[in-house]
Amino acid sequence: MFNLSIVTPEKIFYEGEVTSVVVPGSEGYLGVLTDHAPLITAIVPGKFTIKDKSSKEILFCVSYGFFEVSANHATLLADSVEFATDIDFERAKDALSRAKKRLADTAGNIDIARARRAYERAFNRIRLAGYDTE
Amino acid sequence: MPSLRDVRKRIRSVISTRQITKAMEMVAAAKLRKAQMKVMQVRPYSEKMDHILESLSAAASGEMIHPFFEKREVKKQTLVLITSDRGLCGSFNANLIRKSWEWLEGKDKDKVELVLIGKKGSDFYKRRQFEIVGRFNDWSGNLDYPKAREVVDFLTNRFLSGQTDEIVLIYTQFISTVRYKVTTSRYLPVERPAIDEKKGGNIEYIFEPSPDKIFANLMPRYALTKMITALADSFASEHGTRMIAMGSATKNAGEMIDALTLQYNKARQASITKELLEIVSGAEALKG
Repeated sequence: MFNLSIVTPEKIFYEGEVTSVVVPGSEGYLGVLTDHAPLITAIVPGKFTIKDKSSKEILFCVSYGFFEVSANHATLLADSVEFATDIDFERAKDALSRAKKRLADTAGNIDIARARRAYERAFNRIRLAGYDTE
Repeated sequence: MPSLRDVRKRIRSVISTRQITKAMEMVAAAKLRKAQMKVMQVRPYSEKMDHILESLSAAASGEMIHPFFEKREVKKQTLVLITSDRGLCGSFNANLIRKSWEWLEGKDKDKVELVLIGKKGSDFYKRRQFEIVGRFNDWSGNLDYPKAREVVDFLTNRFLSGQTDEIVLIYTQFISTVRYKVTTSRYLPVERPAIDEKKGGNIEYIFEPSPDKIFANLMPRYALTKMITALADSFASEHGTRMIAMGSATKNAGEMIDALTLQYNKARQASITKELLEIVSGAEALKG
């Protein structure tokens, strides 16, 4: 068992003992168990899964950020985190269509990287909410 | 000796002033509580980020890892001053302006530029000779993330495009509800954190992806976090000083009302005595 804290710029989102976590690293998902070697990784929008003391699985929807683990202390620094069960599907759908429109707009005066990130975030939310994205 | 009517008028006006200051004190107290919570919530994120930055720096020592660290010959300096939008908060803005004025003293006007956050700073520097490149007003004492991002984008763009070589931040640090400190700190370039052996700077981390890629991700967020921390501290301090200023104003108004009431009663008694004397002496004269 090790300690996990999920921190966002707004607040400490979660803090507690966990038995395992699965992180959406920028190079792919990776699992972390007790006594993991010190690690720092960038994270991308995805599913962040933890197993708490009682081996209950909790799903979070995370966006960009970082994950650090050392000496059985794990920290997830994310721009935004929410419980997968708290996802506002309608809002995510709106955001997705907005981002799609932006990306399709070839006029050029848009920030592609930013639209791309918005798209990823929205896509991730919808996927985690358990809906199809066509 | 002011007339009875004048004193009565003064009393009435002081009473309504007290009512206003009392209300403002209460509003500031409520806002302070919220702002203080924000400060507390932002801190853990900022601390963690410092920690990651430290570990990364230790791993990627030597090389130039991110443009935010680049130290250039300082040809142009930018001063970012965070003041409040509204007054009536004691010496809050006066302290900040004094500090910034001291900082600017003896500096070549062509070599500095100002970015002013908050109306009070803007007002002060409006008619001074320093060049103002950016103004960010109307925060109404709340931390507004998109707006903070705007400020950060503006500043980092200026730095990266070489329009400025150093950005210095003057803001009020929130220490406790009754203690604030005007702080001057360098915003950009970012100082490479010293590697602290005791704090575990020598842990061998695995990085995924490579440290410089993580840096590219981390630094914009780092800049944003630093600004948000500074803003959160400033707003909490503003509400705190306003609460204290309004509290003492309310107290002073109360004392003034007491003093005026005493004066009023004295004047009233004097006039009654005078009237009585007049009546008595008038009656005496008639009898005569």
